[in-house]
Amino acid sequence: MQSKNKGRFNMLYSFMEGYKWLFALAVFFTMLAIVFNYLMPQITKIIVDSVIGNEELKLPKFIMNFINSHGGRDMLRNNLLACSLLALLLAALSGLFTLLFRICIAKASEGTIRKMRNHLFSHIQRLPYSWHVKNQTGDIIQRCTSDVEVIRNFISQQLIEMIRTVFLVGFSITIMFTMNIRLSLIALAFFPIVVAYSAIFYNKIAAKFKFADEAEGALSAMVQENLTGVRVVRAFGRQNYEIENFDTKNDHFANYWIKLGFLLSKYWGIGDFVSGLQVTLIVIMGSIDAANGVITLGEFLVFVFYNSMLIWPVRNFGRILSELSKTSVSLNRVLEIVAEEEEKDCEGAVTPDMTGDIEFKNVNFDYEGVKPVLKDISFRIKAGTTFGILGGTGSGKSTITYLLDRLYNLPEGQGSIEIGGVDIRKIQLEHLRKNIGFVLQEPFLFSKTIKENIDVFENSGDMERIRYCADVAAVDDAVMSFSKGYDTIVGERGVTLSGGQKQRVAIARMLMQKPSIMIFDDSLSAVDSETDAKIRSALKNSTGQSTVLLISHRITTLMQVDVIMVLDDGKITEIGSHTELLANDKGIYKKIYDIQSSLETELSHSAVQTGGGN
Amino acid sequence: MAYYEEEDYKKPFSIKVWGNVIPFVKLYKKAFSMAMSFLILVSLIDIIYPFFQRYAINNFITPKSTEGIGKFALVNGSVLLIQALAVIIFIRNAMTVELNVSKSIRKSLFVHLQKLSFTYYNKTPVGYMMARVMSDTGRIGQMVSWGLIDLLWAVIYVIGVFIAMLFLNVKLALLVMTIIPFISVITMYFQKKILNVNRKIRKINSTMTGAFNEGITGARTSKTLVIEDNNLKDFSQVTDKFYSSTMRATVLNAIFIPIILCFSATSLTMVLTYGGYIVMKNPSELGTLSVFITYAVSIFEPIQQIARVFADFVSTQANIERVTGLLETEPDITDTPEVIERYGDNFNPKKENWEPLVGDIEFKNVTFKYPDGDEYILTDFNLKIPAGTTVAIVGETGAGKSTLVNLACRFFEPTSGQILIDGRDYRERSQLWLHNNIGYVLQSPHLFSGTVRENIRYGKFNATDEEIEAAIKIVAADSVISSLENGLDTNIGEGGDRLSTGEKQLISFARAVISDPRIFVLDEATSSIDTQTEQMIQEAIMHILKNRTSFLIAHRLSTIKKADIILVVKNGKILERGNHSELLKQKGYYYSLYKKQFEEETGAAVLNNV
Repeated sequence: MQSKNKGRFNMLYSFMEGYKWLFALAVFFTMLAIVFNYLMPQITKIIVDSVIGNEELKLPKFIMNFINSHGGRDMLRNNLLACSLLALLLAALSGLFTLLFRICIAKASEGTIRKMRNHLFSHIQRLPYSWHVKNQTGDIIQRCTSDVEVIRNFISQQLIEMIRTVFLVGFSITIMFTMNIRLSLIALAFFPIVVAYSAIFYNKIAAKFKFADEAEGALSAMVQENLTGVRVVRAFGRQNYEIENFDTKNDHFANYWIKLGFLLSKYWGIGDFVSGLQVTLIVIMGSIDAANGVITLGEFLVFVFYNSMLIWPVRNFGRILSELSKTSVSLNRVLEIVAEEEEKDCEGAVTPDMTGDIEFKNVNFDYEGVKPVLKDISFRIKAGTTFGILGGTGSGKSTITYLLDRLYNLPEGQGSIEIGGVDIRKIQLEHLRKNIGFVLQEPFLFSKTIKENIDVFENSGDMERIRYCADVAAVDDAVMSFSKGYDTIVGERGVTLSGGQKQRVAIARMLMQKPSIMIFDDSLSAVDSETDAKIRSALKNSTGQSTVLLISHRITTLMQVDVIMVLDDGKITEIGSHTELLANDKGIYKKIYDIQSSLETELSHSAVQTGGGN
Repeated sequence: MAYYEEEDYKKPFSIKVWGNVIPFVKLYKKAFSMAMSFLILVSLIDIIYPFFQRYAINNFITPKSTEGIGKFALVNGSVLLIQALAVIIFIRNAMTVELNVSKSIRKSLFVHLQKLSFTYYNKTPVGYMMARVMSDTGRIGQMVSWGLIDLLWAVIYVIGVFIAMLFLNVKLALLVMTIIPFISVITMYFQKKILNVNRKIRKINSTMTGAFNEGITGARTSKTLVIEDNNLKDFSQVTDKFYSSTMRATVLNAIFIPIILCFSATSLTMVLTYGGYIVMKNPSELGTLSVFITYAVSIFEPIQQIARVFADFVSTQANIERVTGLLETEPDITDTPEVIERYGDNFNPKKENWEPLVGDIEFKNVTFKYPDGDEYILTDFNLKIPAGTTVAIVGETGAGKSTLVNLACRFFEPTSGQILIDGRDYRERSQLWLHNNIGYVLQSPHLFSGTVRENIRYGKFNATDEEIEAAIKIVAADSVISSLENGLDTNIGEGGDRLSTGEKQLISFARAVISDPRIFVLDEATSSIDTQTEQMIQEAIMHILKNRTSFLIAHRLSTIKKADIILVVKNGKILERGNHSELLKQKGYYYSLYKKQFEEETGAAVLNNV
């Protein structure tokens, strides 16, 4: 627990790097502002006691000398305005330092938070693929937004407010003690009570708040379900039921908050009463002391003033204390992301030529100790050839491509993967991935224009090449048919790219990369066979020497590749050219070939038995 | 995730806009007046409180006597107690008003949304409607309670203080008042600027959330493209913008507050100077001076508060206008008064007058364009669907396969022409009559939070447990459901999240079966599910289709082939039409779609069955 505590505040501290002196400066300025602010009542005191009243002036010697040489108290009495202007001057100084303080603290905290956000973003991008598979997007976003906001609130407001309050109390208590010890003790006695009261109350409210929040969440989820499921509601004619359901949740929500309000009303009422009591007690005891001549009238006024200035920060202090736990939870949640290790290169990583043969040597792999996915797999892909993989769900076909692109790292001792004779674990990651073009089955397009999406690899702005690549991917025509053409923003309302179009845009994007190795992970599944064929022949003409890895279920696609490998349950069951595999009558490849080429036969078939069965 | 950005609001204060809220507040008259009257009591106490200090100075300190101080303490204490009680009462009532007002507005919005047509749903993002129902209502409730309270307190305090000052010393009071215009103008100036910057900050903030979202969901793709650095560059532009806007807001605030402080100090200076001269002449005025000092310092916060709350009131008008805008949207599809007279409306159906539905559907010279589109999707379209026929609609994602179903279900009405159900124009009967006879299974099955049983019962409210069991058997979901931890009473989580897609499908089938619809619509899932589930679902579909008129928006070959009529859709229009073998022979678009699908499905089937 202790080390964890240390961890999260260490993390915060390291984000503050470079802003520490600004934080220090902020603290310094706020103290100056407080000092000047607190000297103001002193002016009031002097004016009331010694200028208007008859008390003796007690000031540092050089000021006394100055006053006395210029006519003493009478001079002051005649220039009351000048004395009062001093108060204005102090206010101006206090204002100036408040201004400086606010600018410093904002620069420091906003800078820290910007650093934290940028770091989180970049860090998340560089976390291993497996981390992204394991973690839910919604949860990560929550951590990057809401939790960071809580931390921002803490360093920009609460932290400094706490320092300020401590200083404020210390400073004014010191002055108060110099004026009257008994009164100061009375004032001071209330503070722990007020702080504890606030802290306890806010803790209690936090618990209730959770319920109220949940009630709100339930209502919100219900409305969301109703609105997204409007078709189901209407199709079953269930509007009445939905309204009843809504009513219950709506009432729940309102009632929880009203209950919370009742609790809050008690807090405020009692809080007001307690602090009012403290002020009143000071006024009464002060009056008695003043009446008995223990303190002067000016002192009385100043004392009451200081005291009333303290009440608010002290009440707030309790609240901040109770909210600290929230900050520490948020820090923890952010730390959990930050502490994850980024992908990194091994020492002395190399950037070799990537156009050589690809070789898998006795590769074994499993995802975190769960059942093995690849079992002692060995094969070689000749440079410049096209290599097809056929396999069912869980056969390990995608795993092969992930390992090659090092989306997952092959652990030492589990065999090796080499490109041109170099173990890929020794290759610089950036170099490796830049030279491997990878099209996922369900590719992600960014919410930018189609042009920017295709050009995302290096923002070349080379429109000619963009269109050329789009043309090879057989998507140029489709894009040009949109009213905004290549400037169409993906995902904008009104324009929906079909699954096939998305896949083709992703292929165009990959082509911009001019990779020496290309991987198509079933990435033409949503494209019809004719277009598929068109794309592949265009690819062949444009890519020249690239080595291609292709996962597909389509025999028409696979029959044109140089070597086909059939995978089943992590093992190679067949490998060879189309003709070689067809020769194996018991093979899966032959079986699929037979079924798929039966379509023509089926055609004539179904002409006879209209409608057709299975 | 959709991030809905609100448009800016720049209009002056309008009583008319706020008038729309009055009926909702009137519902809670009692709590409202309680809150306001006790608030007035609290402000009055706040105003007279400095007089206690004056009394103490004038009666104890100046004459140097403690006589009667016990009584003074008692009175002072009782006033404190009264104030504490008043605070408790007004907060309770204000809370009641706030939450109940937003509750009632929320309810009328929700009820209205249940009436609105699909045209509205099609062009309005769910996020927009959610924001209306959830946050706008909350904000309006807050303003009619706390906004008014803050305003009222500040106004009463300022006025009360001036009356008190005038009562104590006219000249001094007028002197303090000269500051007011300055403070007001400056506050309004800064308020406006700060409001604008804050608006900008909110916008950038939502862009930032969007950027995080994209960075995370796109992380895998970014890896394969090695564009992490580029992404970070884009992202840091957003954080830079956020930084500079927040700095701007801070600087504005940082300048504004010291200016206000200086004005308050100026007023204190004036009080001290002028008051000082008065006291020098008449020492018994010391108590009064102390009251003035308190007032001079404490009057600035309420003045700023008035400006702030006023700005809040103006900006809340945007929330009200959005809410009333939604409430004033008329449903496109309504039943005629005669129809309602005979068949009842959506909320009070007259089921006794409903004729049984057989299921003959006929499109007669139907011409159609979406109300928000320009292009005619159907022109003079004719199609007879005898009861019990299965119609499959095929085409790529986004090709417009749902249009016919939307029309047949009267989610939209033809622009011209007629749709006859059992030989009569469906507009002659109520929407609910038709909808009660439709079973609908969505592409991504939409389930509601709750148990499996509750979800199935959604299809028929008074369904007995036996009927539910029977429905489950029909769709062969019994083994799947009994394998859940609590069987039928398993809580399936929000939107059925705890179930697999296949399980959700089966439950939504059972829900459709139990409502025993004459017309059945199946919007089939594109996502691949494992072969076993697929087999189960196919069997379930077989059972459901029996003896019902059905529309299948289909992807799976086995489903498509079963259909009596297949309609092939491309770019929103019907391209080919016929049965499976007819269409295959045409070797047209259907053929190529079919071939692609055939290869995918057979390949997967063979590979996964070995």
